[in-house]
Amino acid sequence: MLRTTPFHSRTAPLCQAQNWRRWAGYIVASSYELTHDREYWAIRSAAALFDVSPLFKYRIRGRDAALLLDRVVTRDVRQMAVGQVVYTPWCEERGKVLDDGTLTRWAEDEFRLTAAEPNLRWLHDNAAGLAVTIEDVSDRVAALAVQGPASREVLEAAAEADLDHLGFFRATTGTIRGIPVGLTRTGYTGDLGFEIWLEASHAEVVWDHLMERGRPYGLTPAGMLALDLARIEAGLLLIDVDYVPARKALIEARMSSPFELGLGWAVKLDKPYFVGQSALREERARGPAWQFRGLEVEWDALERLYAEFGLPPELPTVAWRTSVPVYAGDRQVGYATSGCWSPLLKRYLALAHLRAAYAGPGTRLALEVTVEHQRRRAPARVRPLPFFDPPRKRA
Amino acid sequence: MSRRYDVIVIGAGHNGLTAAAYVARAGLRVLVLERRPTAGGCAATEEFHPGYRADAYAHRLGAFDPRVARDLALERQGVEFVRPDPARLALGGGRALLLYRSPERTASALQSLDPHDAARWPAFCRRIADAVALLEALRRRDPPSMPAPSLGDLAALARTALGLRLKGRSRFAEVLRLLPMPAADLLDEWFQDPLLKGSLAASAVSGLMQGPYGAGTVYGLLQHLGPGEHPGGEVVLVRGGMERLVAALEAAARKAGAEIRCGVAAERVVGEGGGGGCVVLAAGESLSARAVVSTLDPKRTLLGLVGPERLGPAVARQVAHLRLHGVVAKVHLALAELPRFAGAEGEDALRGAITIAPSVEYVERAYDDAKYGRISQHPVLEAVIPTLLDPGLAPAGRHVMSVMVQYAPYRLAAGAWDAARREALAEAVVQRLAEYAPDLPRAVLGRQVLAPPDLEDRLGLTEGDIFHGQPALDQTWFMRPLAGWARYRLPVPGLYLGGAGAHPGGGVTAGPGYGVARAVLRDLRRR
Amino acid sequence: MSAPSFDAVVIGGGHNGLVNAAYLARAGLKVLVLERRPRVGGAAVSEQVFPGFTFSVYSYVVSLLRPEIIRDLDLPACGLEILPLESTFTPLPGGDYLVRWADHDLTRRELYRHSPRDAEAYDEFGRLMVQLAFAVKPLLDLVPPDPTSLEPSDLLGLLKLARYVRSLGRDRVTALVKLMTMSAADFLEEWFESEPLKATMSASGIIGTFLGPRSPGTAYVLLHHYLGEIDGVFRAWGFARGGTGAVSEAIATAARRLGVAIRTGAPVARVLTRGGRARGVVLESGEEIPAKLVISALDPKRTFLHLVDPAELPGELVEGIRRYRTRGSSAKVNLALSELPDFTCLPGPGPHLSGAISISPSVAYLERAYDDAKYGSFSRRPYLDIVIPSLIDRGMAPPGRHVMSVFVQYAPYTLRGGWTDAQREALGDAVVETLAEYAPNLPRAILHRQVLTPADMEREIGLTEGNIFHGELSLHQLFCLRPVAPWAQYRTPIAGYYQCGSGTHPGGGICGAPGRLAARQILRDLRR
Repeated sequence: MLRTTPFHSRTAPLCQAQNWRRWAGYIVASSYELTHDREYWAIRSAAALFDVSPLFKYRIRGRDAALLLDRVVTRDVRQMAVGQVVYTPWCEERGKVLDDGTLTRWAEDEFRLTAAEPNLRWLHDNAAGLAVTIEDVSDRVAALAVQGPASREVLEAAAEADLDHLGFFRATTGTIRGIPVGLTRTGYTGDLGFEIWLEASHAEVVWDHLMERGRPYGLTPAGMLALDLARIEAGLLLIDVDYVPARKALIEARMSSPFELGLGWAVKLDKPYFVGQSALREERARGPAWQFRGLEVEWDALERLYAEFGLPPELPTVAWRTSVPVYAGDRQVGYATSGCWSPLLKRYLALAHLRAAYAGPGTRLALEVTVEHQRRRAPARVRPLPFFDPPRKRA
Repeated sequence: MSRRYDVIVIGAGHNGLTAAAYVARAGLRVLVLERRPTAGGCAATEEFHPGYRADAYAHRLGAFDPRVARDLALERQGVEFVRPDPARLALGGGRALLLYRSPERTASALQSLDPHDAARWPAFCRRIADAVALLEALRRRDPPSMPAPSLGDLAALARTALGLRLKGRSRFAEVLRLLPMPAADLLDEWFQDPLLKGSLAASAVSGLMQGPYGAGTVYGLLQHLGPGEHPGGEVVLVRGGMERLVAALEAAARKAGAEIRCGVAAERVVGEGGGGGCVVLAAGESLSARAVVSTLDPKRTLLGLVGPERLGPAVARQVAHLRLHGVVAKVHLALAELPRFAGAEGEDALRGAITIAPSVEYVERAYDDAKYGRISQHPVLEAVIPTLLDPGLAPAGRHVMSVMVQYAPYRLAAGAWDAARREALAEAVVQRLAEYAPDLPRAVLGRQVLAPPDLEDRLGLTEGDIFHGQPALDQTWFMRPLAGWARYRLPVPGLYLGGAGAHPGGGVTAGPGYGVARAVLRDLRRR
Repeated sequence: MSAPSFDAVVIGGGHNGLVNAAYLARAGLKVLVLERRPRVGGAAVSEQVFPGFTFSVYSYVVSLLRPEIIRDLDLPACGLEILPLESTFTPLPGGDYLVRWADHDLTRRELYRHSPRDAEAYDEFGRLMVQLAFAVKPLLDLVPPDPTSLEPSDLLGLLKLARYVRSLGRDRVTALVKLMTMSAADFLEEWFESEPLKATMSASGIIGTFLGPRSPGTAYVLLHHYLGEIDGVFRAWGFARGGTGAVSEAIATAARRLGVAIRTGAPVARVLTRGGRARGVVLESGEEIPAKLVISALDPKRTFLHLVDPAELPGELVEGIRRYRTRGSSAKVNLALSELPDFTCLPGPGPHLSGAISISPSVAYLERAYDDAKYGSFSRRPYLDIVIPSLIDRGMAPPGRHVMSVFVQYAPYTLRGGWTDAQREALGDAVVETLAEYAPNLPRAILHRQVLTPADMEREIGLTEGNIFHGELSLHQLFCLRPVAPWAQYRTPIAGYYQCGSGTHPGGGICGAPGRLAARQILRDLRR
């Protein structure tokens, strides 16, 4: 049997669709309702509640905790204030991305790293000779995400915590029904949102309380299908879908550097040694071969492709996750790895790896589409990411 | 206060001194740092009992690099390499067998023991000579860079291979087959006599955490043979002890201008980055050099001097997994008289090495104990009596016996290497010797035991591995110490490995010292 | 002697002989297979040893049957059906256990229970192994070049090989060299810390060898487990429906359909040679069967020392074959059971019984088992590799009953004092006692017991010294050294006489590659 999360007793009865998927050895709801529309709109217009417990979580403590993390991740950990969270990728020695996640500094010598893949061994390998203890707290710590414009109101109603001063990518502690929780202003939707970290044994109490206090604000449990739409709109990468972690890539061509994933902003080359530094220095000097960009399909042209067959455009309601060729003229210059029709933006969007020469914003390329069993190329423009970036996210 | 050298050599063992001598002869400014109060490292002659001195660690030479002996004029400096003949007295099963330098003489010695084996011995020596010559050729050159050898590497390899092939197709095939074989299998193919096979099996596993039934031990049998040498006949000693060799090397290095500072331990090596050399921190001083040669073992060098946190995680992991296993203990005996071994008449028989390894199975069983973390109940012994070469090592008429005892594993499954265990080991050694020299126990005036932890404490050998890394097939040639770093350069720019952990490996051979000097000079001239 | 009515006679109707015959027939040759026993299959036979209970008597799992053979001979159309072996279950003495499941998430969680770091390392190890298997696979599908030859074609082969190795890159070459030269235990030590995991994995490195897991040269067999994954045959390890005999039957059916004649009960006495050329064979009955080509699927000792007069061969070859190592080290115990074993650590029936069950609690346990064998005894507490085919293939036993196949190591051929009936039963008892320590109900569930020692295997199916791989898979007996250089290219010094058994590259197990590669070499020679 696969594992269930600490919230399973609450999520299972809600999951009318019986639509589950695997996530890191757990099962989580793909959607609770029969279609995921309402769950998506909760993210963008009210508040959605996600069970994100399957994330891998590591507690890293000790005198050299910051030193270890600074060696591992590409961000500058020395610059992190207590109570700060950063999003960061980390690389192996060739500068290829192993994983990405958030790093929270809870105290001067205590951090929590979240990851999509197990990383305990990697952290230990890098900790040789350092005074640090690394704990895998993945099973002990349950996690929820409250995301959407009403998420602050939901938490103000449900939690005892100083949320007014909790800035974007900051962390604080508080209680929910007397249960101590960690709160971070983070999420995977590109919207205003929070993540809640708590002891797994208290999961049900916290869920119930949130649901009860959140109901007036439209808090809706939401599954992975809705999340997938939101994260594409937000231009957020998904491991195994948008990139192959270096540890799993059978050939080097499948690996990506942070520069090639649009994460160059998260690479601090000038800090002291970190794994992959010299390779990344060389790559920056050389210029990355690939860029990760948004693509927006030109709607009128898409309509015309379908019109040839006497059809209106037929697009899937869920995000797709296959590799789709991208062309410049007749030459394939890249591939899209995720895409969806954005219900909010009313645009057909994709996330794509493009050869650097074709990655300039506004470049006109073409995305392969299958119209009535036939392969066609739909004109598309290169767009900077994110597609959707509401001011409330940071406010 | 920072002083600038061209080259700093860490460790004044015989490899460090060799490297220093060569580099200084090329006109570079060299400093040698030695943690201990005197130079020598594993090649040292020390007093172990009042008035009695012995080679404290290595007691015979490996396949000593003849280029070093010639270039540094060691013989003119008073070093005398002694090649005893008979080279080895093999004892076991209540019998004695003398092994000589020449196959024919050994064959005639075997005649009374086993005519079948006697007849086969010369053929055996001829058969393995090709493999010995191949190993010798590989020792003399840097390992190829893998997996993309340079054209020069390829040409040399092709030349070696062709030379071998031209000796005949089956001889070539035989070499390919030999090296990965278990020594036990090879010996069984040729011989019947347990004592002959046992004593050769003992050579094959010398210093190895393996028994003779393990694959690859034929390599162990052949790797310490010099050109033209035969198994059992390879014993070479230094008259007066290893300290004579060290003194000569030290003199050669000083004469060439090298500065040698003993009693100064290097604590840390820090790369300056940008290929600009290294800084050595020692005794509160910061010394910088264009190149630093560490002759410590690769673990001590990379995890100790450099520190795992300064290596990439992949390299750190590989270094941590290098197999360094101590399996040899040293026992020194001060003897009131020369022991008399049954079946070995005259002093000549005792001038070489004396081996106790009655059969292949005996050696394998000794290993079985070590495999489970126990000291061999019936250990394999190799003894020498250096006072027969230089009576001055002991008071007049008295003698010294130096014994290598295998297997004495560094890691014990139960308990620790305490005084009681050391005593028990010494007692076991004396008892074992007494089986062949019944008068010996009475003659013991004093004794010393150096267990693998002692070798670690005194010499800095990780886990007491006398070879700075197990000489197994996967830790040799282009894999020694690590694949990709087998040509003396280490992952820290400016830092080189020049001890037994580097190609061509352990033993008193000066090979790594010669090789590292060549690599350093090549690089420094290029800059 | 009449004019040859057959182009080729294959001696031995085991799977390699049959594969070889089928490929030759496919190329248009008229082929006869001669099998000494009353049925084809050699070591891959299914027999009703006890009424109602069918056993894969010797070889018991289908590991690496080459997918190209399955395709080329259309074996599924000839009745071949391979059912997947889902898991490996290692019961442990302390009441714990370790299971590796087919499902990645379940395996990761189970490994995590033993060691969180191992759970991660296992994935990375798997990736490296897949890469290495991918690198090695072309070598398995290759007539080994002769490194001792100065012929341009051989030199070209060597050059190609060198270039190929070079193309693999440093990390893979290093890992390959380590894999070829290290012990399974040392190699795994670099990756894992959990003792049962290391032991169970290293056990695959010792199967059929006379080596312990700490002996160098045992690491590379670890690769075998990953070779299936790159063949597009997901989970290649499995049971053939009807037992391993069904594999032989399927290949025999395919061969017959291609026109191969198969005669069972036809032991060959020797190969007829004249003027340095093979002319046919003589049966033990005295019957002469002329043929232009003779191919031996027997082991090298039989091929070179028994079927032909060694005096006709170069002395070096004879010497090489005499020293070729064939020490048998394993036995087989077949049990007919009234009920399933009930393991103390994981009681009751369950999916853990449907896969392999491995008695390999620690590396030291395996080493101790080896120590016994080194000095001429069978292991008091042996390594056991167990399957219960009746759980997957209901036809193997009467309803409610089961057949259990137990591979036992070490049981040396050269047992001190020799294999007597009493020793055979003592071995059977040691196996049952070992199992009873983990599944106490087992002794009373045994209805029938068959114990096959290496001596029995030699007598019954003609394996010299009972070696299941026709010669040890040790480093100096592999690739261009198998069975001996320079006769590793399926040829022999006698023109028209070839070898195609497991004693040739790439070796043993039900893989069929030697038979196929030998056919390729024969056909190439014929075209010349």
